[in-house]
Amino acid sequence: MSEANFPSMQGPVCPLPLNQHDQIVIGHGSGGLMTHELIRNLFQKYLGNPTLNASNDAAILTTSNEMPAGLRLVVSTDAHIVTPLFFPGGDIGRLAICGTVNDVAMMGAQPRYLTATFILEEGLPLTTLEAVLRSMQAACKEAGVSIIAADTKVTEKGKSDGLFISTSGFGWLPEGRQIAGDQAQPGDAVLVSGPIGNHGIAVMQARGNLGFQSEVRSDTAPLNALVWGLCQAVPSVHVLRDPTRGGLATTLAEIAMQSQVCITLEEAAIPIDQPVRKACELLGLDPLYLANEGKMIIILPEADAPTALSYLRAKRYGEGAQLIGKVSAMPAGQVWLRTPLGTTRVLEMLAGEMLPRIC
Amino acid sequence: MCLAIPGKILEIYERDGTLMSKVDFGGVQQEVCLATTPEAQVGQYVIVHAGFALNLLSAEEAEETLRLLKELEDSNQADENLGEGE
Amino acid sequence: MNASAPLDYRSAELTRKFIEQIRHITTQPWNIMEICGGQTHALLQYGIDQLLPPEITLIHGPGCPVCVTSLEAIETALQIAAQPGVIFTTFGDMLRVPGNHQDLFSARANGADVRVVVSPMDAVGLAQAEPERQVVFFAIGFETTVPSIAASILHAERNHITNFSILPANVLVPPAIHAILSSPENRVNGFLAAGHVCAVMGYWEYELIAAQYHTPLVVTGFEPVDLARGIYQTVRQLEEGRCQVENAYSRAVTREGNRTAQALINHVFEPVDRQWRGIGLIPRSGLGLRAAYRSFDALERFPVAFNTLVESPLCIAGQVLRGVATPHDCPAFSRECTPSSPLGAPMVSSEGACAAYYRYQRVKP
Repeated sequence: MSEANFPSMQGPVCPLPLNQHDQIVIGHGSGGLMTHELIRNLFQKYLGNPTLNASNDAAILTTSNEMPAGLRLVVSTDAHIVTPLFFPGGDIGRLAICGTVNDVAMMGAQPRYLTATFILEEGLPLTTLEAVLRSMQAACKEAGVSIIAADTKVTEKGKSDGLFISTSGFGWLPEGRQIAGDQAQPGDAVLVSGPIGNHGIAVMQARGNLGFQSEVRSDTAPLNALVWGLCQAVPSVHVLRDPTRGGLATTLAEIAMQSQVCITLEEAAIPIDQPVRKACELLGLDPLYLANEGKMIIILPEADAPTALSYLRAKRYGEGAQLIGKVSAMPAGQVWLRTPLGTTRVLEMLAGEMLPRIC
Repeated sequence: MCLAIPGKILEIYERDGTLMSKVDFGGVQQEVCLATTPEAQVGQYVIVHAGFALNLLSAEEAEETLRLLKELEDSNQADENLGEGE
Repeated sequence: MNASAPLDYRSAELTRKFIEQIRHITTQPWNIMEICGGQTHALLQYGIDQLLPPEITLIHGPGCPVCVTSLEAIETALQIAAQPGVIFTTFGDMLRVPGNHQDLFSARANGADVRVVVSPMDAVGLAQAEPERQVVFFAIGFETTVPSIAASILHAERNHITNFSILPANVLVPPAIHAILSSPENRVNGFLAAGHVCAVMGYWEYELIAAQYHTPLVVTGFEPVDLARGIYQTVRQLEEGRCQVENAYSRAVTREGNRTAQALINHVFEPVDRQWRGIGLIPRSGLGLRAAYRSFDALERFPVAFNTLVESPLCIAGQVLRGVATPHDCPAFSRECTPSSPLGAPMVSSEGACAAYYRYQRVKP
């Protein structure tokens, strides 16, 4: 962020104090004094580090200590739009940090640096912004990442739903590690790191218009430490992916297409918390298509599945890990579900939005 | 049509002159209108559709299902015994 | 006596036992129809049809209100939703049903205030919260849903909520069964009667149908054990040459049904002729508001005008819904017509026969 040139505020000059406003106004986006104070008093307070606080137009990353020879740079980017901004178990800030941390981690890389841009809507209470930033600070600390470049703009009321956040992530991938969606092979086992559907249900509940209550909380979490340890315990991992939008089924359908394999799931083995199951039954939703923000799919050679499960189950965010399926060659590009009755059906990608139904 | 699931009535109250309840579905609760089943009591189970109770649930049918299966299996066994006896 | 389900109605073991019994007694081909989108969904979700002997064919009838709600009703909904000041509320099922050129989903994208509700009471609550707006509720569904709509109207009346109205589009099951069984093309031998419709209406109405058409009907639930049991009892009747009404869902259904719910329906609604999409006009097969409640009719509040309504020429929904063709018989199935680009209603609803076949299709290795 660049600093505007302005005279020092001493003597009889009376600066506009930040606390005269308890919400974002258009002036906060003007690039002048108000922007400067917003940056210093909120953004740098919670997200600050030497690189960000240097307040230059860009960050300089040195590679000398950070990137031994053979390491590759991994980059991902994401935009975060969620209504409401706060929901049980998380908020847009935690979602933004974890989402990008996880995207980098799903390549088997260790995320280190993030950038973040904030689109603030005129009228957004500063206490809301502060709470989001505080949450991002905690998420960064947990994940061991720092935000080294950031920007903020303000839109007129009605143009941006409170707050939009966009993030990019940068990480290092060790030499020789090749984890990607096209790496699944016939004979592989398919694992999931824990129960699915929690985030989707928590956000729906928080919207309030579907009239149900439960204790379900979003699973938003940074998985990079879990991934890093897993890849060291089981170097043969072929695919990692977090089943976010579209859920477990859509994500596996993507992998099946990329790898040109058939993935068969055992319905009875897929872990789903009871309240999530019941909320889905009540609303006519399929938990296999609900978003998850703190889970991952692991595809690896069958022989290594027991080691992987032992590792995951002993670690935070992997306690509920289960073996849920296997990979075969044909028919390529499809995902099958075997029901508890022994019958099978094909799982398609999610077509459009999943809506509650009475029918 | 007919997405409806069983739930247990936790409490009953009136809202703006209409009989309402809080129903638990096993970790999920919803406000359910009892205008269609005014005789329902707290602790009873109802089958709920579109935020309304369709009917009370009875336990008799479970026994009926099991009894039917047992009858059928006994009669299959009897047929087999007859077959073997020939 | 009242309790939760002490039996595991999803038990694979019990389901298989009933399936074995079906295999044991089946000696000839039989066509069994269910008229209930929820049952279609469950049959295909669990793959029950894969377990049945090849002689038994399941035909998925016009039991999904999404599929049978007339094109005229959809177009009316779109026109009302587009009017300024209107909040158009609907069950999520209806959002993607295609009208002439668009659906409610794209209407929302074009600026109409269309909102999904899970109960008609939510729509009344919305009207109470937004007195400056007109809240219209799309009243679709079979007898299962009608009591909730009737009760919601009475609640609105009691509380003087005058900015609430409904677009009447409810339909009744027995007239549809008459229409199917009296058709010269009819192939249906036996019916699974919709368990939750019967929870409201009872099953005494079906006794006349069974006698008139010499067709057995079995009131059936929705879990795998329920479905297997219902099919078993239907096949047993067919094999024994009986044509009676049996109740295989007695934990939720009695012969006379829920009298309070029926009284609510009769107080607010009366039978009217209704168009079923793909099938045509079935006399006295729908419900309209009685004179005393006509003030809650959105058709009386909002001006609506139509141009010619045209269905896709490729869509054979009517034949599919009546059970005289399967989705596989349709040349457009899975090609021009898919869930993301549906040509007709049965491809939109997750219970529509076409979407169900598409989603739950098995690929034979």
